Amino acid sequence: MSFDYEKYIRPGKLPHIWCPGCGHGIVMKGLIRAMDALGMKKNNTAIVSGIGCASRLPGYIDCCTLHTTHGRAVAFATGIKMAKPEMQVLCVGGDGDGVAIGGNHFIHACRRNINITYLIMNNNIYGMTGGQFSPTTPTGAKASTTPYGNPDPPFDIAKLAIGAGATFVARGTAYHANQIEKLLVEAIRHKGFSVVEILDSCPTTYGRRNRFRSVVEMMNNLKEIAVSVQAAEHMSPEQMQGKVLTGVLYRDNRPEYVEEYQKVIEAAQDFAG
Amino acid sequence: MSKIAFLQGNEACAYGALYAGCRFFAGYPITPSTEVAEVMAKELPKVGGKFIQMEDEIGAMAAIIGASLTGVKSLTATSGPGFSLKQENLGYACITEVPCVIINVMRGGPSTGMPTGPSQSDVMQAKWGTHGDHPAICIVPASVQELFTETVRAFNLSEKYRMPVTVMPDEIVGHMRERIEIPEPGVIPLTDRTPPSVEPEEYKPYDTRFGDVPPLAAFGSEYRFHVTGLNKAEDGFPTTRAELVQQEEERQMRKIEDHIDDIVSYEEYMLDDADVAVVAFGSTARSARFAVREAREAGIKAGLFRIITYWPFPEKQIAGIAGRVKAIITPEMNLGMTFHEVMRCAAGKSTVSGIFRVDGEPINPGQILDKIKEALR
Amino acid sequence: MEKRLPTIEINEKYCKGCHICVEFCPTRVFEMKGFIATVKNQEACIECMQCELRCPDFAIKVLP
Repeated sequence: MSFDYEKYIRPGKLPHIWCPGCGHGIVMKGLIRAMDALGMKKNNTAIVSGIGCASRLPGYIDCCTLHTTHGRAVAFATGIKMAKPEMQVLCVGGDGDGVAIGGNHFIHACRRNINITYLIMNNNIYGMTGGQFSPTTPTGAKASTTPYGNPDPPFDIAKLAIGAGATFVARGTAYHANQIEKLLVEAIRHKGFSVVEILDSCPTTYGRRNRFRSVVEMMNNLKEIAVSVQAAEHMSPEQMQGKVLTGVLYRDNRPEYVEEYQKVIEAAQDFAG
Repeated sequence: MSKIAFLQGNEACAYGALYAGCRFFAGYPITPSTEVAEVMAKELPKVGGKFIQMEDEIGAMAAIIGASLTGVKSLTATSGPGFSLKQENLGYACITEVPCVIINVMRGGPSTGMPTGPSQSDVMQAKWGTHGDHPAICIVPASVQELFTETVRAFNLSEKYRMPVTVMPDEIVGHMRERIEIPEPGVIPLTDRTPPSVEPEEYKPYDTRFGDVPPLAAFGSEYRFHVTGLNKAEDGFPTTRAELVQQEEERQMRKIEDHIDDIVSYEEYMLDDADVAVVAFGSTARSARFAVREAREAGIKAGLFRIITYWPFPEKQIAGIAGRVKAIITPEMNLGMTFHEVMRCAAGKSTVSGIFRVDGEPINPGQILDKIKEALR
Repeated sequence: MEKRLPTIEINEKYCKGCHICVEFCPTRVFEMKGFIATVKNQEACIECMQCELRCPDFAIKVLP
């Protein structure tokens, strides 16, 4: 069955700004299908982003959308969610935005376990500024600011989220297009801070510097490195070398922040008599 | 009936915000403004409001903008280094035209400076701190009572003109304790942002058909819209079309420039026949008032012009004074910020001299009195 | 009975010529024509929807 994406796309906003073969469009389609599957109301949904290629996503979607400053999406979203808890609040962005300049906001949103879903499109590079290495660029990889190879070790975003206290953490890839929707449906349904990392590809600024000959080769690489949580159970550490776990990586049930604050309100009002 | 209370300036500021209808506060601890956050943490939940201590100053500024976009009046409070960090998202609130109020209790600087010492050295930052052109409203109260009422006014101006407003007491005003009168709810009129009057499908967040301050809808209402920190067109979406960018930026400046008299607030004391005028604000204006009285007792015609709205600067009033007096004196706890503004406004019509103090000590009346005498010699 | 063929719409204004549809179609329905993808073998389409799913540019619709 053909899917009617235009239901959630703002009229006249396509074509989007992303480069040929950029996976962000595939991820946006997954997000739209997830929103549709959940029956999310446009008026009651806020989508918040920071700066970067991925952060242009909210401009296309017909909801209450907020394109903020670099790295700050989660902090803006926290204000929205606190002030209007009945709204569904989603954050979207990239790796540099989310875990470099926005790293502090990210870990603290995880810690608070506020009911927001954060979709991170991780393409291992700062694409919009022309291909500088990001905190998820693999060691040794080439970027415009690592002309001799990247000396930095990368972050594992999912592990960072789990360590910081997020209560739903999942990973998918732009190749596994159907899974994006499924992971997002679960994440949005989850009460608490949920993180969905989608490994993505940037043929323009990452691929061409790192010996990927085509868009398709980059997509196929995502297919090759991904190993589902279930499949990984039967694999040795040697077999897992160079692979990345995908699927729902972590799920926990901890008190949600806005609900906890409601208890503060009740306590304060009891105190005030 | 109004309530009499004995409050600290920062506390009065928080109660002023609550009186104004503020129901969201996000902040980060910093001396000497922390008491604002402490009172909000205690009082907001009592009235069903929300308080959040964020991970940093940047996040706090972000959170109040997010909250304000849902239609909730929002506040943050900080000091010096925190005010520097807030500049990024303060600029965001400017370009997106989201109402919010920022309290900056001034301590010395640059950098960590003197955390517990008073200062008046952030007044230029309040206007020029963030990059790009934007209008600014900044209020500098001089008493605990005024910190209460001016915080209410700050919310009103913020809502009326759809922009961030800063209230900047110096540390002395923030930390002094005085008797204040808290009026009954409703005695000070409150202003709310203008809601849209068009159908949701027609709504544009920067629709100039309704004047220079476009109506602002709330997230989560029947209106859907896009907000971006990029230069935008009337519909809220980014544009690089030269004429649209120019128009939008000029409109934002105009909404202040065309309403200067509505925003500028000041107090004149014994200025009518004065030969020498002291232009001061905040706690320094209290010393100045004392010095003016002493000067009058000594037969010197001195007067005080007390700045309450620092930005937009009371240019017209200062220019008028400069035409009437022989000398203007600008005592301030910085190295000449107001001095240069006053020089600009006086445009050579009178002499201008300053008393600048950045050692963490207040400027005392004696210092000002000496300068008054010196100026007329 | 004759096979009813689906309609494959390619929005040329949206297509950025990334080759994804060409390479991921299991029955090789698409080919590149200059910088734009076009339908070469419509009769080979098995309506697996891979092209619509994977097109990053919202350019392909497969209608029954």
